[in-house]
Amino acid sequence: MSVVVLMEEGDPSRQMLTLARKFGAPLHGVPMDAFTPFAPDSVAAVLEYAAEELHATAVFAAGTDRGNEVMARLAARTDLPLAANCIAAEPGDPVQLTRQRWGGSLLEEARMHTTRALITVAPHSVRIEEGVQPLAVDVNRFQIDAKDQVVRVSEHVAPPGGGVSLAEAKVVVSGGRGVGSKEGFAILEELASLIGARVGCSRVVTSAGWRPHTDQVGQTGTKISPDLYIACGISGATQHMAGCKGAKKILAINADPEAPIMSLADYSVVGDLKEIVPAISAEIRKSR
Amino acid sequence: MKILVCVKRVPFTGGKMVLNADGTALETRHLGFTISPHEECGVEEAVRIIEAVGGESVVLTLGPPDAVEQLRDAMSLGIDRALHLQTDAGEWDGQATAGAIVGAIHADEEASGPFDLILFGNESADAGGYQVGLRVARALGRPCATGLKGVKVDGSSVRCEQDTGAGRDVYVLPLPAVITVREGLNLPRYPSVPGRMRAARKPMTTLNRPARPEPRLELVRLAVPGGAGRKTQRLGTGSAAAPAVVEMMRTIGVV
Repeated sequence: MSVVVLMEEGDPSRQMLTLARKFGAPLHGVPMDAFTPFAPDSVAAVLEYAAEELHATAVFAAGTDRGNEVMARLAARTDLPLAANCIAAEPGDPVQLTRQRWGGSLLEEARMHTTRALITVAPHSVRIEEGVQPLAVDVNRFQIDAKDQVVRVSEHVAPPGGGVSLAEAKVVVSGGRGVGSKEGFAILEELASLIGARVGCSRVVTSAGWRPHTDQVGQTGTKISPDLYIACGISGATQHMAGCKGAKKILAINADPEAPIMSLADYSVVGDLKEIVPAISAEIRKSR
Repeated sequence: MKILVCVKRVPFTGGKMVLNADGTALETRHLGFTISPHEECGVEEAVRIIEAVGGESVVLTLGPPDAVEQLRDAMSLGIDRALHLQTDAGEWDGQATAGAIVGAIHADEEASGPFDLILFGNESADAGGYQVGLRVARALGRPCATGLKGVKVDGSSVRCEQDTGAGRDVYVLPLPAVITVREGLNLPRYPSVPGRMRAARKPMTTLNRPARPEPRLELVRLAVPGGAGRKTQRLGTGSAAAPAVVEMMRTIGVV
């Protein structure tokens, strides 16, 4: 009754183990970086062979980009169902699951009919249990077919330099439709530079071409977890909130007191952001 | 070159998720619909590649009769023709969806030649299964790269850039290939009025309605999560609120 787990560096894999161990013991770990350069079909092949050999009841991975990708490759090659981004799972026939939809804005209760459960666990949705350590699978024992090495990383392009990334910023100052134009972001840039923040934006803004997509906070943009998120002229659509709900504190500045974000934030200010944002910058300068 | 892009019809959700009476779907009576965001970029990319190298672009969806709206949208942006795998209401899981799409691809390739490139979104906005493109690629025996924010077709191969959060990994796949893309790949154009008029005359093929296989990942019901439980404190109105905002920022230690 063993379980195979796909392991990456970081907390999401350790969180995943909390659900995986409900499906049996021992846990057998396959490292995501088993092959250099990275070759996702090769990793999926190892998961398939290891699960067969160990008669695994389930294969688990963290719901990271790579985790979801490799597990979908495993699902495709074994023709088994895959449940992505689960937050709860109970073994049985059928397997009972709760999984995220809409980037976590909605939850789905589901049943999985399968001989081997393939599950990824949504990052930061499950608590880490200390002291769970999978046994290492010796990946070199498995013969990898040439066709599983066709898709492999051939080159790495370094990120553009300069400053902290949006995902890691401590403070993010974001603008939405209410900013009104590309030029309207100057006052947000000014506030951000005063407090060492990154500028972000909503999907409306990138669709209009006012800011690059790399600045977008949301379900299809970047998911952020700053100490403070300042949302200026952003209504608070589910698409956007899926990206910023990890923020410790949210300040919403909006002309419309009925905008959804005004009741989803920790702090709100009602009024014209074109007056309020410069006033905050002036107040910070004054206090220095 | 012949390119296929697969899209999904999803609702515009706005500010609040409201479920239907039995809790198995979103209440969409008051919502508009769109092509799932990643796939909008897939449509744009397919149009750009054909504009650059010539050939034919095709859009496919599996969905209800109303999904013709999204197929027309794609054609108004420049896609040449559409294939509609029409379904009844009811949720199709990733395996069932991929199976029906593979059948449609085989039929189209038999009639009018192979697709050099097939595009999917990395994951749909609603179900977020992360698997249809990879399942189709496997069934067709073609290589697949996922989550792409850069795509460059170069003769008999495609250079694929995958955002890793710490730069980009590059994969070079021989054609024919399957790729899944992400929003940010490009900035999709808006449909023009002439584009819409041309789209109305472009060929739309409704494929024999496939029977829905028993789902192996079966949706039981949906729920709106309990929220972050934030209690909102009003710091004031207009620029007069600035001192209270800075005081709050000082309290939480960001200034």
